[in-house]
Amino acid sequence: MNVLATFAYLVASVFFILGLKFLGSPKTARRGNLFGAFGMLLAVVVTLTDQRIIDTTYIIAGLIIGSAIGLLIARTVQMTAMPQMVALLNGLGGSASTLVAYAEYVRVPESTLEVLIPIILSVLIGSVTFTGSLIAWAKLQGVMRGAPVLYPYQKHLNGLGVGVVLVLGIMFALDPGQWYLLLIILVLALILGVTTVIPIGGADMPVVISLLNSYSGLAGATTGFVLSNNVLIISGALVGASGLILTNIMCKAMNRSLANVLFAGVGSDGGPSSSETVQQRTVIRYTPEDAATMLDSAQSVIIVPGYGLAVAQAQHVLHELANYLIERGTQVRYAIHPVAGRMPGHMNVLLAEANVPYDLLLEMDQINDDFQNTDVALVIGANDVVNPAARTKKDSPLYGMPILNVDYARSTIVLKRSLNPGFAGEDNELFYEKKTMMVFGDAKTTLTNLVQLVKQ
Amino acid sequence: MTEALMFSIVIFVLAIFLGVELISKVPPLLHTPLMSGSNAISGITLVGSLIAAGEGHGGLSVYLGTLAVIFATINVVGGFLVTDRMLGMFKKDKKKESKTGTP
Repeated sequence: MNVLATFAYLVASVFFILGLKFLGSPKTARRGNLFGAFGMLLAVVVTLTDQRIIDTTYIIAGLIIGSAIGLLIARTVQMTAMPQMVALLNGLGGSASTLVAYAEYVRVPESTLEVLIPIILSVLIGSVTFTGSLIAWAKLQGVMRGAPVLYPYQKHLNGLGVGVVLVLGIMFALDPGQWYLLLIILVLALILGVTTVIPIGGADMPVVISLLNSYSGLAGATTGFVLSNNVLIISGALVGASGLILTNIMCKAMNRSLANVLFAGVGSDGGPSSSETVQQRTVIRYTPEDAATMLDSAQSVIIVPGYGLAVAQAQHVLHELANYLIERGTQVRYAIHPVAGRMPGHMNVLLAEANVPYDLLLEMDQINDDFQNTDVALVIGANDVVNPAARTKKDSPLYGMPILNVDYARSTIVLKRSLNPGFAGEDNELFYEKKTMMVFGDAKTTLTNLVQLVKQ
Repeated sequence: MTEALMFSIVIFVLAIFLGVELISKVPPLLHTPLMSGSNAISGITLVGSLIAAGEGHGGLSVYLGTLAVIFATINVVGGFLVTDRMLGMFKKDKKKESKTGTP
């Protein structure tokens, strides 16, 4: 084994670890990302000196094409489209792992079990990651409808598919000369990626992306076992762990088990039908003028943004409104629920893009006790994450879900398009409370009105 | 089982625990950049694809390797650049006194 390469890979691994550590604080995060990139550059440069590399034509062509596409999408992607972008990159990473493992089999068909088993796993995990990510991308991008695609015996068929892959995998491991077996495994895995993600609703995509992130890491690690390359194993394991933690956080914040998210086929596009479940109740409709008067007299305001804010592209106007309030001495902060966006931490990025300073963005546990001492909670395009039914109503699907204590504030302003219930289909008591002021309409239009009124 | 494989498994398991420790400390504020950044790191498969693409026989494994180089490079370059772009947006409040405003 090449001592220099091994040592360089170790240094690269250290940079990855430090990079992830620095990503833990907003002050050092940018440096952390640079550390990661530097580790990668080091690993690539050292690999290029490998004696097995004879012809660099294809390598250089691949690097140029890949860099150009990567540069282009990184520069042009909208921040609202980050979930799709991450899904796409997950898929590409997973498929690259599969391709490398497959190429290794093509190169040395008669390997030992120690190589064959990781090859099978890498082909399986990488392919599922690839097509699963493409479906997640299509659902998030709106190319495909977000609603779950359900058909009879779906789970059984998926289970059967996994079973067949396992059997074929064992047959192949025992007799690697049967090259077509690995090809069938590859095709089946690609199909499984599709069939396991299509039954999952659009609003559950944050969990799916986190999970696929974990898979792409694991695919990399298994490829590391194929090539006996420790830098792949280490970084693959780090990313695998990272994806699992984020998956767990998302599931908790949505009050669902991972199994429920993956198999239950819950939900539609986030705008479920309102006609059947909701009894006709009336709320008082307030105007932006009423809301402006209330904000004028408030000394402290907590803003609760939901995904509806991002859909309406109203982050910048919101920031403008917040600035006017701050200028006149009002205390303004933002309360961010973990599932406020379409992927973990998404809302923070959207608000940061609108120049909201990150120290005003507070997570649920930091701010939940402050609502009771706050004059106005301003809820924009959020519903389930502020539904008090999560605390009290035992038969509700929301029961037990961690929510923002908006109803404890002295008064509440809710900007919303309609009275439709949220993703969970649960009517929201908060909207009918006396101290709640409902202002209906497009968030951007209403906020623009509010800015004009508050300025006067 | 060879000694090398045992060693790799040990490294794998330890790295998972290290990953859990590191990632658990990242605040929700930074979860999106964390995800895209770690995603770029998982593009390390690039290293394996370089060797497959550079063998020079012109066979199937070279073509598979080249495709892998393209995919992994998009993953790495796109991932690190977009993470940097995002992190560049995170700014602290300049006028700090507004933080401790009146209750």
